[in-house]
Amino acid sequence: MADKVIYAMYDDDDVLKDGAKKLVAKGVKVSEVFSPFPIHGIDPIIGIKNTRLGIMAFLYAITGTMLATIAMRYFMIEDWPMNVGGKPNNTYLQNMLAFIPVTFEFTVMCAAHGMALTYFLKNKTLPGLPAQNPDPRTTDDRFVMELRLSENSNFTVEELNELLKTTGYVELDQKEVN
Amino acid sequence: MEFKVTKNANILTIVLMVVGLLFTAIGIAVEAGHDHGHHLGTRLAGNLLIDSFFFFGIGLGSLFFLALQYATETGWYATVKRVIEAVAGYLPVGIILMTVSLLYITLADGAHLYLWMDAKKVAEDELMQGKSVYLNKGFFWIRTLVYFATYYIFWKGFRKRSLLEDAEGGTTIHFTNYKKGALFLVFFAVFSSTSAWDWIMSIDVHWFSTLFGWYVFAGMWCTTMVVLVTTTLYLKKKGYLPNVNESHIHDLGKWTFATSFLWSYLWFSQFMLIWYANIPEEVTYYMTRIKDFNFMYFGMFLINFAFPMILLMSRDAKRHAGVLTFVGAIILFGHWVDVYIMIMAGSMGEAAYIGFMEIGLLLTVLGLFIKVVLTNLTKAPLSVVNHPFLDESIHHDI
Repeated sequence: MADKVIYAMYDDDDVLKDGAKKLVAKGVKVSEVFSPFPIHGIDPIIGIKNTRLGIMAFLYAITGTMLATIAMRYFMIEDWPMNVGGKPNNTYLQNMLAFIPVTFEFTVMCAAHGMALTYFLKNKTLPGLPAQNPDPRTTDDRFVMELRLSENSNFTVEELNELLKTTGYVELDQKEVN
Repeated sequence: MEFKVTKNANILTIVLMVVGLLFTAIGIAVEAGHDHGHHLGTRLAGNLLIDSFFFFGIGLGSLFFLALQYATETGWYATVKRVIEAVAGYLPVGIILMTVSLLYITLADGAHLYLWMDAKKVAEDELMQGKSVYLNKGFFWIRTLVYFATYYIFWKGFRKRSLLEDAEGGTTIHFTNYKKGALFLVFFAVFSSTSAWDWIMSIDVHWFSTLFGWYVFAGMWCTTMVVLVTTTLYLKKKGYLPNVNESHIHDLGKWTFATSFLWSYLWFSQFMLIWYANIPEEVTYYMTRIKDFNFMYFGMFLINFAFPMILLMSRDAKRHAGVLTFVGAIILFGHWVDVYIMIMAGSMGEAAYIGFMEIGLLLTVLGLFIKVVLTNLTKAPLSVVNHPFLDESIHHDI
């Protein structure tokens, strides 16, 4: 379905935030904001749900803990029992303490890498993928607010433009998308 | 808003102290009758040290936390600043209790706690003779008094300037605090380690661990954060601190969570290195603990580590008053047990147990601590007015 998208560009994040507040109060749905850095407090204004990345981090971490435990048990106890510093080496539990640092590091590594990859995948920003932002300047010093006509069926393009004018943008752009 | 101590809180502190003293008296009577009162002196001295040090640590931790906020020019804490100050205000009382305990121990020639204070024992022990340049009564007291004087002077200055800031405003005081806060941290970095060696590590006089000071400090800090968050929640519940929002509670919760990890990390680092190297003179420390305090020692580690980890991990839990108070109460006791083992394992050894005297003195000093903190809260308005970051703190949102 063809859709019209309006991009309003700002040169200050606070101006954008105030503008978004004003628009949302009038019942406009702001579908996305592009910014070079996270704008504090924009999420609740434009109605973005809390991220579930933390839950994923926990799952990745648990995976890391399990992998580390299984691997170390196999390497050090089962396959080729190692005797380091005369420590008892016939069970994993007796050597537990020695394995904790590795377990910890592997847990952190899995959580960190898993989170980073999830973040890239979710935002479709893996290296090599086409850029998602409408204007390259949003990676520099500009802030863009995106309104979709399909999500704002109560308004016409003219009405939206009229509303946007009160928010103090520096540039306005429109695009037809599929 | 001025804080008023409620009647119930007053009754509670009095009941705690009366019951505590009663229990202590029973404990002394029981111990005096047991084994011809052989352990009475050691046990009493140990208990005095445990409780005076544990609560002194909370006051000191709070002073450290305040200095940390000053030195880092933090903004968020401005609305809870008076709570931090009220807890840090226990410091003078803590110093008095510490002095009394240490004086008692010194006059009793170490009371089997500080063996190096006992000339007879030192004469027949080569290791103690080697350490006697550092560990002797005179130098010990010089160091102790220097610690106390430094902490007290900084505390007085912080408090004075904090009240002055309310009256005068401006940023001059803020920058003075910034410098003094950083200076305090420099002193504290050294003193937190050396005081832990002097007061606690020297109980196990043959043993040493360079990490010990940080371990004691981390425990102290964690306890402090628990006290700060519960005091804030208490005041909030009573309708004070209107500017403290969920984010402040969340931040204090995060500190509790983080410092309990710091403590666990240091506990484990010390334990694992000694376990791995397996050098006789180092492992003796843990042999006592594993042999005589097995359940309590590892149980204490487990609750101080696992409880906050599991229960405080989620964001919602760190904002939930009930969860924070519950976890706080548990790990507060857990850290008391930590201090108990630190002091009792090296002095009483297998004869140590938690009885009337331990509970009694804990309750007595707890009652005194609550009383002093609540009284301190009444002495100044609960909201600062001219802190440069007050506005930021009021709008704190995470």
